[in-house]
Amino acid sequence: MKLHEYQSKQIFSQYGVPIPKGRVAATAAEAKQIAEELGGRVVVKSQVLVGGRGKAGGIRLAKSPEEAEDLAAQILSMEIKGLPVRKVLVDEAANIEKEIYLGITNDRAARRPVMMASAEGGVEIEEVARQTPEKIIKVHIDPLLGLQGYQARDLAAGIDLPREHWRAFGQIAQGLWQAYLKSDATLAEINPLVITAENTLLAVDGKMVLDDNALFRHPDLAEMRDLDVEAEAEIEARKYGLSYIQLDGNIGCMVNGAGLAMTTMDVIKLFGGEPANFLDIGGGASAEKVAAAFRIILSDPKIKAVLINIFGGITRGDEVARGILAAMEEVQPEAPMVVRIVGTNAEEGRKLLAEADMITAETLADAAQKAVAAAKGGN
Amino acid sequence: MSILVDKNTRLIVQGITGREGLFHTQKMVEYGTNVVAGVTPGKGGEWVLDDKIPVFDSVKIARETTGANASVIFVPARFAADAMFEAADAGVELIVCITEGVPVLDMMRVRSYLDQKGVRLVGPNCPGLLTPGEAKVGIIPGEIAIPGDVGVVSRSGTLTYEVLYALKQVGRGVSTCVGIGGDPVNGTNFIDALRMFEEDPQTNYVVLIGEIGGTDEEKAAAFIKEHMTKPVVGFIAGQTAPPGKRMGHAGAIVEGGTGLAADKIKALEAAGVRVAKHPEEIPSLLP
Repeated sequence: MKLHEYQSKQIFSQYGVPIPKGRVAATAAEAKQIAEELGGRVVVKSQVLVGGRGKAGGIRLAKSPEEAEDLAAQILSMEIKGLPVRKVLVDEAANIEKEIYLGITNDRAARRPVMMASAEGGVEIEEVARQTPEKIIKVHIDPLLGLQGYQARDLAAGIDLPREHWRAFGQIAQGLWQAYLKSDATLAEINPLVITAENTLLAVDGKMVLDDNALFRHPDLAEMRDLDVEAEAEIEARKYGLSYIQLDGNIGCMVNGAGLAMTTMDVIKLFGGEPANFLDIGGGASAEKVAAAFRIILSDPKIKAVLINIFGGITRGDEVARGILAAMEEVQPEAPMVVRIVGTNAEEGRKLLAEADMITAETLADAAQKAVAAAKGGN
Repeated sequence: MSILVDKNTRLIVQGITGREGLFHTQKMVEYGTNVVAGVTPGKGGEWVLDDKIPVFDSVKIARETTGANASVIFVPARFAADAMFEAADAGVELIVCITEGVPVLDMMRVRSYLDQKGVRLVGPNCPGLLTPGEAKVGIIPGEIAIPGDVGVVSRSGTLTYEVLYALKQVGRGVSTCVGIGGDPVNGTNFIDALRMFEEDPQTNYVVLIGEIGGTDEEKAAAFIKEHMTKPVVGFIAGQTAPPGKRMGHAGAIVEGGTGLAADKIKALEAAGVRVAKHPEEIPSLLP
């Protein structure tokens, strides 16, 4: 789950990372008032969960509260990469001398968090990693021991940070690590971390991504979820404990198990079709859950056919069949259905479906070919 | 022979009195697995499954009383790390964690600690292990595989069943099936399993089932090229998965240009692995 800049910076600040004075506003009038309180120059920053806000004109400098109001009005009416701007952050403008980068993420291969610093801040770290990887200094953090003081000093020295800033840098690195650890983040980054004209360090932009699996121990953070970035059907799916991702094709898929769901999509493509979604109904799916899955798939107007592929292990074939029939009654779909049920109680499941007007298949390859044909209207 | 589990496995079930734990314990016992004890804190002294299996309060007492050498974990995600630490501290040699949704920072701590202790972990977020005809530890349906000489290692659950089923349809049997799980940080990885299969006299062929995300398949390919003498057949799921989206499994995500199915297939093919276009093609690619 991604957090907005203002949310990320507030969390950083709780762990001792210095951030600019500022607040978030939902209207131009509020933005003006915040600018008045701050006095002097302010930055008005769109809060949307995509990169490239600056380039899109979503981050602007204002010299007066009136200008802040105008800019906020403009930015609040924008869409950036398809996402509406609902809030702006109004921050005191910093006098920037130099921009650096400091971030933490999980290194899957090393199985531990890695803290990275670069003397080149303010640009996308992925870009730096591609072009000049030697400019990124890394230290791996032992998950049982945490970030050690010398590791932060190694980073500071590695990016040629002047020694007078090492102490402050060390505190910020420790604060960022604590924010990461205590929030169960998978990414926490300050980009840029700036050296100001007043010779202090300041985190002017921040970004956090949280581990969805750990949100159960952070109900306060879970509430920060921004639903704008998700399709309505994806939000609906989460309510039922289903994993659903909408795609561009026209063949709806309902599968049990994530790996098999991906494979079903791949096999549709292999036989010349385009999958409309990824949907994993999970293990032991009940009739009620299957019906919900069905409604979600069919809410996509692009659907021309649906492929249901169930490998019964824990999930029982007859239970799935009952779910399908219940949902059919409720949704009355027009799209043709191709069903393949294998494994536990598959025979009973097939018998139940035989009465409904469904195309059945023995193998996955056969099912995919039938679904592709049905979607093309050639059945 | 086989790897990791067999007739000599003496198994503890952590979370045995829960719905999933009890259901699958029954299935494991029916299959012939030697389940010697269960653990549920606060329920020590009870018995389950017609009073055949004793329940203990802790893994330590369960192990000391029954001489168990392996443990399978069915506890909810929020208690999974604790369960793994407990099993490791109690001296269990093999831990299989079925639980899905364990926070990744928990897994980093668990893995770091277990490595120091030299304890083998399989999972989490995995279907477990099956040595056909001998024992199953976890949730793989026993009836979909027959004993044989094909070792199977996979990051997936039902996709693995699909492959086992396809092998059985043509009469090919399996030495051991290892579900390593779909999380970004787990215990046993492809290379660990490949090394064990290479050394196992019963295994003559290996099927490797990977998916998008991370670089474990690429590393497995490098290992195969260097060390494997037994033929390997592969399959990678997620060729049509869009980048930046987590495909159900916590670890199945293409990020920053890494983890692509196409790169994994290329790496495996370069290492001499025959990669199937769809799972039902796998049996025909085995020599």
